[in-house]
Amino acid sequence: MTNDPLGTLAGLPEGRVLPVVTAPDPVLARAGSEVDPADPAIVQLAADLVATMRVSPGCVGLAAPQVGVSVKVFCVDVAQHPKTRTQHGTFVLCNAVVESATRNEKAREGCMSVPDFTGDVKRATRIVVRGQAPGTGAEVRIETDAFEARALQHEIDHCDGLLFLDRAAGAHAIHPRKTYL
Amino acid sequence: MPLLAVTVLGHDRPGIIAETTGALAGLGLNIEDSTMTLLRGHFAMMLITGGPADAATVEEALAGLTSDGSLSVSVREVPAERGTPAGSTYLLSVHGGDRPGIVSTLAGEVAKVGGNITDLTTRLAGDLYVLSAEVDLPEATDVPALTSALRAAAGGLGVEVSLLPLESDDL
Ligand SMILES: [Zn+2]
Repeated sequence: MTNDPLGTLAGLPEGRVLPVVTAPDPVLARAGSEVDPADPAIVQLAADLVATMRVSPGCVGLAAPQVGVSVKVFCVDVAQHPKTRTQHGTFVLCNAVVESATRNEKAREGCMSVPDFTGDVKRATRIVVRGQAPGTGAEVRIETDAFEARALQHEIDHCDGLLFLDRAAGAHAIHPRKTYL
Repeated sequence: MPLLAVTVLGHDRPGIIAETTGALAGLGLNIEDSTMTLLRGHFAMMLITGGPADAATVEEALAGLTSDGSLSVSVREVPAERGTPAGSTYLLSVHGGDRPGIVSTLAGEVAKVGGNITDLTTRLAGDLYVLSAEVDLPEATDVPALTSALRAAAGGLGVEVSLLPLESDDL
């Protein structure tokens, strides 16, 4: 059942489901440290992120700061999302950076760590991202578009201590998700 | 012809906008600028109208809205302003744990350099407070210095702040 065309999940141990932290937890605002992809703790964390993403309905990506660990590791899986065009199944990247980004588009984003709001955020729709696979440390280069590009930028932002709230597209770009009575 | 500022505030229900604007149209008033939102579930609308009716006439025409006590309406004559200024150049974003003084402290830093907030929303959900403001800065503003001042003020409040240029893409 694993859809792993990039091979970044190979050799990962069994993942544990971790609690997801929510804003204003300060860990979400701190830039994560770079990691050694071969570090056994990072390999376990990679598996835990995937396991936690899988049990969370609608979750298309999860970054280490969202489980309280301030490092640059995240997972993504947009395969089932209707806005997806290009996709690379389920994958985990360490120390990922956006290498090039073009064609901005505004769309509304949500986040498990900001459950009560959504926000209109302008992001590139075509990007190239470079990172490393957990365990082997193999270089991974992803060229993608549309929703996977948005998800990657959102997760890389988490690893840099940024939330979509920091990238709102105007004074009326943050929307409440539920009503408070 | 006078300009009137109309505000309608209170308990939300379907039909408030239709009734308000219907009464205004019935008096031959033109809605110039308007904004409406829900603030913690309360209906809040403000509009500027132009046309051949004075404040007392409009208040009377809107009396039906206030009769059950769930809405309050105010109407007053206002002078013409220079019009809507050109789009703001910066977006101030703040988020963090709720506490008193976030808006006043950060707005104070903007005011110190002569910056003008042209659009503002704040939202509170649970303990998370979120502010988004569009800010016009005087041309001579030292933006890095303002950013540092905002960061220092935000640090004192335990919240995160960013001040980013607002770009618009012409298509
Ligand atoms: Zn997120």
